[in-house]
Order: sequence, then structure tokens, then C-alpha cells
Amino acid sequence: MARELEVVSAQRRRLLRMSAAGTLAIVLRPLHANEPPTPLLADLVKGFAAGAVTREGRVKLDIAPLVENGNSVPIVISVDSPQTDASHVTAITVFNEKNPQHDVAQFTLTPLAGRARIATRIRLATSQQLVAVARLNDGSCWTHYVNVVVTVASCTEE
Amino acid sequence: MARALVTLPKVAKAGEVIEIRTLIQHAMETGYRRDSDGAMLPRSLIRRFTCHFAASGKAGPGDLVFATTLHAAMAANPSLQFHFRASSTGSFTFAWDGDDGFAHREQAQLLVNA
Repeated sequence: MARELEVVSAQRRRLLRMSAAGTLAIVLRPLHANEPPTPLLADLVKGFAAGAVTREGRVKLDIAPLVENGNSVPIVISVDSPQTDASHVTAITVFNEKNPQHDVAQFTLTPLAGRARIATRIRLATSQQLVAVARLNDGSCWTHYVNVVVTVASCTEE
Repeated sequence: MARALVTLPKVAKAGEVIEIRTLIQHAMETGYRRDSDGAMLPRSLIRRFTCHFAASGKAGPGDLVFATTLHAAMAANPSLQFHFRASSTGSFTFAWDGDDGFAHREQAQLLVNA
């Protein structure tokens, strides 16, 4: 009887350890990790880059991972750049994967803007992936892919 | 006539980066929706937004600060927030242009203290 209890509690300890490790793994996952790009978005990014090498990082597309209403979804795009004459972002583009049209917006920035940070609101037809691409004055392009889950869609309903 | 809101500080220090917020009343009709009779609603969008800054004493709209090309995936009543590094006193010109001859202009002054 005592032995049986010992086995059960050992199992329970193992289970507790595993679930604690699992929770920690979820918590430790970086919030702004780049998702693996879908082929369609990767192609659109390639078109925008026009031959330039695109790398992940520097640009951040901030959007809620779970969107209740696709009609108006706040997004913030920020780029790690001093935005001076010597080093600045010249253009930022946002593409979507599953709206009827893949363009969301193209932003043009100048050193006068002082900070590479833009906030706006967009429409999302369904759960999908989004990408923000930033082009710097040195010609380099930087990407951030984000997956979004949408519970109420936009565009098609009345 | 569309209504537009532009929010920015009246006064800034030289070198300070200020936030500019713009909001304009527009349905941004996508062209994918139907009315109650089932007829397709024609696409009608704001296509382009620009912000220029002219230092006081300079003629014309001045230098480009920020511009956006908008598509159907932009939400109705487009809101755009961006920044500006204040260097001298002057005026902003904000311009929205779109389908069916849509055009709206706003002006704002900025006083810069050394």
C-alpha cells in the first residue's frame, strides 16, 4: 500500500514538473518572434525589395494576435533607426495574405519625420499572416512576419 | 465636405520629435460589398495622403515629411499617426486625395523655440 502511494506521488511529481516546464516554455517564447513566411508573402516581399537582400529584424509590426473585429484593427509599425539624414527609413510596406487585395499601405518617410514609427488601423478579411517590410537609405530591407487570428471578418459582410 | 482632425502640439523645442495624428471621415468603400438590394457598391477610396512642412518665409508647400498610399485594406475613417523633428517655426500642409475627385486639405502651424 505504501509502495503504491510512493509510485503515484512520483508520477504526480513528474507530471507537475513537466507541466511547469511547459508553461515556462510558452512564457519564454518571444512575443515578437518572426513567424515562418508564407510563400505568397515571401514573393510580395521579394517584389518590394527589388533585388535587395531582405533580413529579419529591426522592423516591428505590432498587432494583437487575436482580433475580434476585422473591420478596424490597430497596427503600429516601428523601425530601429535614428531617422537622421545619415541613416533613415525611406519606405515601409505592409502586405496581407488573405484579403481580396494583398496591399495594405505603402508609407514614405523622410529624415524630417524624426522617428520611424507609424500607427494606423486596417481591415482583415480572415485569420492570416501579415508582413511589414522597411527599406533603409542604405538599400537594406528588413521584415517582420506576424500571424493574426480574426474572429469576425471584414470586407465581405454587410 | 469631409471632416478631418489633425492633432499636434502648438509649440515645440528645436530638435524635439513631436507626434502628429490625423483622422479623416471617409467610408473607404472597398468595392467588395453589396447594398441592401444586392448591387455591388462601387469602390471609393482615399488613395494618397501627404504631409509637407514649410519653414516660415518659404513659399509653396515645403518639404515632404510623410506620405502614404492607401488601399482597400485600410479601415474606414483612415487614421495615421507619425512623427516630425521640429527645427524651425513653420506650417504643415496635410492633403488627402482619392476616388471620385475626393480632395481635402488641412493646415497647421508649429512654433519652435530655440
